[in-house]
Amino acid sequence: MHAFDYQSPSTVAEAIELMAKHNGSARPLAGGTDLIDQMRVGRLAPDVLIDVKKLDELNVLSADAAGLHVGAAVPCYRIYGDETVNSQYTALADSCHIIGGIQIQSRASIGGNLCNSGPAADSTPSMIALGGVCVIAGPSGSREIAVESFCTGPGKNVLEPGELLVEVRFPARPANSGSHYRRMIPRNEMDIAVVGVGASVTLDDSGQNFVSARIGLGAIAATPLFAEAAGESLAGQPVNDESLEKAAAAAREIASPITDMRGTREYRIHVTGVLVKRVLQAAIVRARGEQIDYCRGH
Amino acid sequence: MATAENPKYKVIGTRPIRHDGADKVTGRARYGADIQLSGMLYGAMLRSPHAHANIKSIDTSKAEALPGVRAVATSADLPEQGDRVVELGEGAANMRHLTANVLARGKVLYRGHSIAAVAADNIHIAEEAIKLIEVEYELLPPVMDVVGAMAENAPVLNDDIRTESVGSAPPAKDSKPTNVAKHFLFEKGDVAAGFAEADIIVEREFDTAMVHQGYIEPHNATVLWNTDGKLTVWISTQGSFTVRQQTAELLKIPISNVKVIPTEIGGGFGGKISVYLPPVAAVLSKKTGRPVKLVMSRTNVFEATGPTPGSHMKVKLGATKDGKLVAGEAWIAFEAGAYTGSPIGPACMCVFACYDLPHGRVEGFDVCVNKPRTNAYRAPGSTHVAFATETLVNEICEKIDVDPAEFRINNAAKEGVRRVDGPVYARVGMVETVEAIKNSEHYKTALEGKYRGRGIASGFWFNCGLKSAASATVNPDGTVSLLEGSTDIGGSRTGIAMQLAEALGITAEEVIPAVGDTDSVGYCDVTGGSRVTFATGIAAIEAAKDIQRQLVDRAAMIWEVDSSHVSYSDGGVHGPDGKQLSFKEMAAKLHGTGGAVIGRGTSSEATQGGAFGTHCVDVEVDVDLGKVQILRYTAAQDAGTAIHPSYVEGQMQGGAVQGIGWALNEEYWYDEQGEMRNSTYLDYRIPTCYDVPMIDTIIVEVPDPQHPYGVRGVGEVPICPPPAAIANAIYDAVGVRMHDLPMSPPKLLAEILKK
Repeated sequence: MHAFDYQSPSTVAEAIELMAKHNGSARPLAGGTDLIDQMRVGRLAPDVLIDVKKLDELNVLSADAAGLHVGAAVPCYRIYGDETVNSQYTALADSCHIIGGIQIQSRASIGGNLCNSGPAADSTPSMIALGGVCVIAGPSGSREIAVESFCTGPGKNVLEPGELLVEVRFPARPANSGSHYRRMIPRNEMDIAVVGVGASVTLDDSGQNFVSARIGLGAIAATPLFAEAAGESLAGQPVNDESLEKAAAAAREIASPITDMRGTREYRIHVTGVLVKRVLQAAIVRARGEQIDYCRGH
Repeated sequence: MATAENPKYKVIGTRPIRHDGADKVTGRARYGADIQLSGMLYGAMLRSPHAHANIKSIDTSKAEALPGVRAVATSADLPEQGDRVVELGEGAANMRHLTANVLARGKVLYRGHSIAAVAADNIHIAEEAIKLIEVEYELLPPVMDVVGAMAENAPVLNDDIRTESVGSAPPAKDSKPTNVAKHFLFEKGDVAAGFAEADIIVEREFDTAMVHQGYIEPHNATVLWNTDGKLTVWISTQGSFTVRQQTAELLKIPISNVKVIPTEIGGGFGGKISVYLPPVAAVLSKKTGRPVKLVMSRTNVFEATGPTPGSHMKVKLGATKDGKLVAGEAWIAFEAGAYTGSPIGPACMCVFACYDLPHGRVEGFDVCVNKPRTNAYRAPGSTHVAFATETLVNEICEKIDVDPAEFRINNAAKEGVRRVDGPVYARVGMVETVEAIKNSEHYKTALEGKYRGRGIASGFWFNCGLKSAASATVNPDGTVSLLEGSTDIGGSRTGIAMQLAEALGITAEEVIPAVGDTDSVGYCDVTGGSRVTFATGIAAIEAAKDIQRQLVDRAAMIWEVDSSHVSYSDGGVHGPDGKQLSFKEMAAKLHGTGGAVIGRGTSSEATQGGAFGTHCVDVEVDVDLGKVQILRYTAAQDAGTAIHPSYVEGQMQGGAVQGIGWALNEEYWYDEQGEMRNSTYLDYRIPTCYDVPMIDTIIVEVPDPQHPYGVRGVGEVPICPPPAAIANAIYDAVGVRMHDLPMSPPKLLAEILKK
């Protein structure tokens, strides 16, 4: 493994200063579950690791009037152990439950999952569905960007040298809302998504009509996608098979997957539609305040 | 479940705690990579990024100049082998190919093929150094497909391979080289006449992907080449004596100059027999005068060890409408990998081995392709052909409306039946394993629910005997130290100790078993062929008898009677007038009666009668995703006599799980350049505990008359039935017949959507 230095700043400002100083040859270290493995196999060879998991701002997990704040270094186990997340931002809890095994979930963060920018990242479609916004700090101040605009290619994102993802903020949840994330994997656990779908729906008071919906797709393009048209097609529509079929068809429209060792292009496009329907159905059940019946991973 | 009148045993059939248990569960057991020696250097290897290329030049000067690098080695440091063929314990090997597989000679034949090695002060320097080695390649087109490799105009991998036809004259040396290294042909009866009798004939083509054994511990070797010319090798292996011989042959030094110390082993399944690292570590050690350790990464293990071949098969079966098999024909091509040596021979012998087939013809081909040289994997070759034959059998059963269990019982191989390749069966338990499934609660319970289905399939493995040795020293406190040379990959040291204990009439806990190194124990063939509990067990029983004889003599001396009036039984010696001394009492008298008693035993003549298994599986198919869930699984197997039933059950469960992985998801996934794209356990999907239910087991006991206690090997046959059983269950669930392994979600969905 390439030799590297380790820095442990105590403030965000200090971290940004270090990131800027090493201009591209430094990598932030949160849980390290992607980074360490990539360094071990030689895919990444940073000269400096900047440990960001001790920074207060990156460990925030709280809800206020503006919504939910999830610090970029908050590990998965805290997220799915959080009452607000479990009751209102359920898709995020679903994602965090299936990222790696227990040991990985104790270290891995959704900030890291997003910054690693893998097309098959399990938390990104959920963050898109829940309307997440990335709060980025950098040498020239802070900026915000929607999660769906964060990734720019496999392993690539909008972060400039010196910039650091501080938190992902999610808007407050309207009444009658539910969300879910599910992925297709050949095994039942410990696997990478062949297709991943996160969806959030808001129903009217009758629970029979969609007010709005957002759908995020993973592993079907070079980046996780926001299936905006698919979600919009549901607004104002009755909850029935026809509406779901239309949304599924719209999601399939934007899928542009590759054939690789995890699945063929044709397979992924087909499964996109299947999962969009299944995930919407589960989100609808949750929006009505009922429990969904599913075996995690299947 | 006992199917024969069993003699009463005191130790055999019980479930004592394994002797190596405490070390294994506390992490104290020492595996290959745990070896640490004073002054030890760490090695790394440069491996080919290309599947097929000529090596035009190798420049190691920059690597040698890197501070901390102590030595660099290439194939130039290994002796020329010429065209020698050497018997290496489990089959013969062409030494020219073996040495070129260890370090490439002029040509790389698969991605990951080793080219050079570095020894350095630490692993990081070694890894940096290999990046500094400059290799100039001339790229050649990769040959990745077994059928394509057989074509007249296919690029040829090895210029010294010509088709050897079994039973024919050797090929002319000046004939054109080919990728088809071997051709097998077995015939029995009159196939055309047999098919003419058939009312129903089914013929299908099958493909299976290359798969890996998937052991958790990577290959490793630590070697010290001492200044006196003696080598010590620390390694986890299935055969310390074959490592000794292969290392000695590859270095062209006497075997007595090589001592192999086997460590604990984290899985082998046939893949840890061939030598990859010891000669390389040896050369680096000779150059530096220091011990050198080499450990493979997971990707190295996938790309450059010995997986089992992918295959293409055409199989045809004929039966009468009242359910009698009359003829079978098989055409089987196996990927040998870079060099000859796939298990095509056993595959040809196994394809119809479960059945009493009056007319049969089997043709097989061993074909070189640009993939790693294949090696043994648990019942090598038998799982491939069971997938073909056992799905055809079920298709026939469906067409003539016969229960598949009934059909198998009516056509089963049994004592006196001759296999297509010649041998006649002794007493075997095929019928009993099918009956065990047929009578199981699982089979008798109807399966309900949409898209759910049930399948059964059988499998066969020969099991072998080969050579084993053991010695046993009686300790003054009445225990026995047992030393044997079979490295323990499945609980064998306890299984062997139990046989010694049974023969001496002592408890399993009173035996202290150890696996010796090659200088301390008599020759043992590899731990493979499901042979160890059988053959090393016989050696231990012989050692026990030797101890009995010596104790009888000692007792005769004590009692001042002739030895002929003393006998050994029930855990002690018995003399005239009711005189008796227990084993423990005799042990306490050793020092006063002539000192140590050391028993010795060997086994070399005994052969096994073969093992059969039948499995039953229930699946549920997600028809929108093509994904299969295993709902329930029962494996029945003839174990002869189960020495330690928990270990027998463990072998049956482990084999079934590996078969499930092979059936559903495992495959070497290659891109067009011949690069394996899934060489990690993330994307090479062996089943996890979430993917399989508890595997229920039914141990059938039809004792093998060739072993004193009736043991049959149990390690291999349980991997054979799962792919076919699952394919049959998928058909029952969704009406789709799968002929291509793995039956992964994209493939299954494509078939479902075609319907």
